[in-house]
Amino acid sequence: MDLVAGVIANGVLMGAVYALIAFGLTIIFGVMRVVNFAHGEMVVIGMYAGYFLWAAFDTHPLAAVLPAAALLFLIGYLLQFHLVQHFLARPAHVQFILFIALALVITGAHLVAFGPNPRGIFSLASFEVYRIGGLRLDAVRSQAAAAALLIVALLWAFLRASRLGRAIRAAADNRTGAAVVGIRIRHVYAVTAGIGMACAGAAGALVAPLFDTHPFLAPEFTLIAFITVILGGIGSLPGALLGGLLIGVAEAAAALVLSPSMKSVLSYGLLILVMLARPQGIIGSPEGQR
Amino acid sequence: MRRGAIAVAAFSGLLALGPLVLDGYLLSLLALAFAFAFFGAAWNLMMGFAGMLSIGHGLYIGIGGYTVAVLLVTFGVSPWAGLPLAGLLCAGLGAAIAWTGFRFAVRGVYFALLTLAAAELARILFEHWPFVGGTGGFFLPALPPGNVPLLTLRGGPEFFYFAFLLLLTAALVLTLAIRHSRMGYRLMAIREDEDAARASGVPVLRMRIAAAALSGGMTGIGGGLFALMNGSLFPNTMMGVAISIEIMIAPIVGGLGTVFGPAIGALFVMPVHELSEHLAQEAGVFGLNTLIYGLLVLLVVLFLPAGIGPSVARLLRGRR
Repeated sequence: MDLVAGVIANGVLMGAVYALIAFGLTIIFGVMRVVNFAHGEMVVIGMYAGYFLWAAFDTHPLAAVLPAAALLFLIGYLLQFHLVQHFLARPAHVQFILFIALALVITGAHLVAFGPNPRGIFSLASFEVYRIGGLRLDAVRSQAAAAALLIVALLWAFLRASRLGRAIRAAADNRTGAAVVGIRIRHVYAVTAGIGMACAGAAGALVAPLFDTHPFLAPEFTLIAFITVILGGIGSLPGALLGGLLIGVAEAAAALVLSPSMKSVLSYGLLILVMLARPQGIIGSPEGQR
Repeated sequence: MRRGAIAVAAFSGLLALGPLVLDGYLLSLLALAFAFAFFGAAWNLMMGFAGMLSIGHGLYIGIGGYTVAVLLVTFGVSPWAGLPLAGLLCAGLGAAIAWTGFRFAVRGVYFALLTLAAAELARILFEHWPFVGGTGGFFLPALPPGNVPLLTLRGGPEFFYFAFLLLLTAALVLTLAIRHSRMGYRLMAIREDEDAARASGVPVLRMRIAAAALSGGMTGIGGGLFALMNGSLFPNTMMGVAISIEIMIAPIVGGLGTVFGPAIGALFVMPVHELSEHLAQEAGVFGLNTLIYGLLVLLVVLFLPAGIGPSVARLLRGRR
């Protein structure tokens, strides 16, 4: 019983980080209707940022979150402003190939710069556990989950309340209308892409102490982000949160019941089921689908 | 149509002379290029003509390959029977995915992700299925001495060069025929405007299922031959995300929705792929090939959005 509870709890913790990754993907799609197929590569950039900050300064894993997010914001802003912007009106498959090309370039650059070998962060903190009742929670994982949830909450508030956040939502709802009232669409889009990729980067820094960093992790993160987003409803922010938690628990449960290498079987099964029964996602609205 | 037929005949006829001048290494390289040209042509039937983006075509390569290999090794069934069976099985799979997808109104990006999910699910299941060797792989036995390629459908580079050239030629002829048939016009109508096509009486669902079945079946047969050529099968290399993406690059680089696009793309991409790999090895820089390859695809997407084929055609027409 304790084992099951522990597995579920750890799944929830991982799910919070997945939610942050998915949050980034879904905000980019929700505003610009572009699917970032290089999202996992952005996570890996964040992981390398976390690793090298730790290797150089022996920083606490959480200290790398802000620099990683800032770096990825910059990358996202520039990519959107100078490259992706020209592809917004192009068909989906062209955008798809654009991002696949970007993903190949990033993975290639990672390989050239850092090599294929996995790099792990070794710190004493990774042996710490929190005890809540009979439950033992991995400390690093708990901190990552808490940080991820905090970032999601802050972004949520930013989108609701701030001027720029409202401009982003306006641009998502009605592009022409937003332009008419004086919103600089291209800048707002670039900020949105920056935020979306910063989410991936922050999540990367958070998971760097949990997984060994190497370039080939990227596709796995991209796929997890997709499943998460579709489960919750593409373009829906609460959906990303719900999807993340679901996937986290599903992975943990499959790893326990089946085998650790089959952890994603349940996620894919869940995905196909949701796609057929409720294609707009569990929370998403039907109009978000197109 | 007639000019297209002449072009196919000239293309295949010229390449059929290849073994007279090329050595074994170049032949196996070209055989691989033909294989990917063929996969690209099959994928192109779905994406280029019907506008259905499949990013999980590795599924059909894998299922086709494993069908032929398991039938041959475990049950002693000749590939002559295995290949058509693989084609039928994959055609059924393609039809089933298209039916579920569009029956439940899974559209656009969602359909693409459905194909990906199906392929990934199959990969993970195969990796945990001891009957097909799991992650450890499934291997074909070494060829016996005195092997007759036409009987066993296995052989050296020259055999697979001709085998894949033959498949590719058949695919080109089929694409050409479809391009000018009622089915082709119906598919292109769906691609351009689904609602308008439906309003003009095009049976949208049926046409989509037909396109997916045809595309899946062709890819399955190609996958079977691919497995015979490789001699070994691993779930990750046969139906992983990487091969699904690799399939799409040639037709997009060559020219989507055109008859020759996939072939031109594959014949362009394969040498670049090989050359960059060679370069990376010479320089001793791991990953340089991935970087070069990515940059190449990026350049094509940026500067030749319609693909190399149409741009070359325009150039030729301009000269005339």
